[in-house]
Amino acid sequence: MSADRHPLFKPLVFVGGLIFGFGLGFSHMARPEVVLNFLQFDDLGLPFVMFGAAIVSGIAFALLPRIRDAAPLTGDPYERRLKPFDRNVLVGGAVFGVGWGLSGICPGAAYASLGVGNVTILWALAGMFVGAYAQGYWRSHTQAQGTAATRAD
Amino acid sequence: MVTDPVLLQAVADLFPNGISRYAVGGLFVGLGTVLIYVGTGIPAGASTFLESTLSYVSDQSRFERYVGSRDWRLVFTAGIILGGLAFAATFQSGLVTSSLYEPGTTGRLYEVAGVTLWMTDVQPWRLFVGGVLVGIGTRVGKGCTSGHGVCGVGSASKTSLAGVVTFLTVAIGTAQVVAAMGVSP
Repeated sequence: MSADRHPLFKPLVFVGGLIFGFGLGFSHMARPEVVLNFLQFDDLGLPFVMFGAAIVSGIAFALLPRIRDAAPLTGDPYERRLKPFDRNVLVGGAVFGVGWGLSGICPGAAYASLGVGNVTILWALAGMFVGAYAQGYWRSHTQAQGTAATRAD
Repeated sequence: MVTDPVLLQAVADLFPNGISRYAVGGLFVGLGTVLIYVGTGIPAGASTFLESTLSYVSDQSRFERYVGSRDWRLVFTAGIILGGLAFAATFQSGLVTSSLYEPGTTGRLYEVAGVTLWMTDVQPWRLFVGGVLVGIGTRVGKGCTSGHGVCGVGSASKTSLAGVVTFLTVAIGTAQVVAAMGVSP
């Protein structure tokens, strides 16, 4: 999967990230204040960003499998990669919701926030790595006791 | 066409910064996602980067599954950071203007080498504690605002819709409670 990828693979991902990050800056999602203003119902613009992006992506997700069989740079098929539903989706979603509601920042917006000059966002990024490590440590050690059932994600 | 002045004022109150910067920004976020999907077949989310990058420095078994994708996820995140900088160097600096872009009044602006940069007023403890919970929640919950909110909703995934409804509802409740407790900014 990783060894002999097309030479344009990483450049394309980089350009995609550039456009993605520019959009987060332009929409002010890289500003925690603006996200908090949405959550407090002072400025209802945020859904236009998330669902606007979802609609654009959704068109591509729906059309591409009908046009081509496989992606040119990876040879991977255009298929829906649906994540299995379980209790974790709700528990994790709720924990994420508390964190998002407290800080006004989510992972992609935090990376873009650094780019718009928000050095203070390093506190949030440090927190995200601590949190991701804590759950990874915990899940590595509980999973080591022999369940293969949760490996699907 | 809506012409009732009371109704127009109500809509203006709900969208004090208009909707175009949000819709156009969302269009760019979507186009970035589409470009990567067209070329690679990968619906890219932002939060997996946290675990995949930890795999460089930690040998916890949980992170090993991301060793194969950690390099391109680093490239994706570098692109997002520089995309934010590209926005700062153009619209945020006033070098490029558009009627579709509303500058807004949040936070503080400062200048470095002719580029107008922006800094939040939200307190560091909120960012750090919130960040820890975002780090735990997005990884346990299998996705964030981009993985579930953009890619998942875009592919009409019921799992992602459940995730989005959950984190949106809880985030609104949390932000309302925090504001009611007088915490600001």
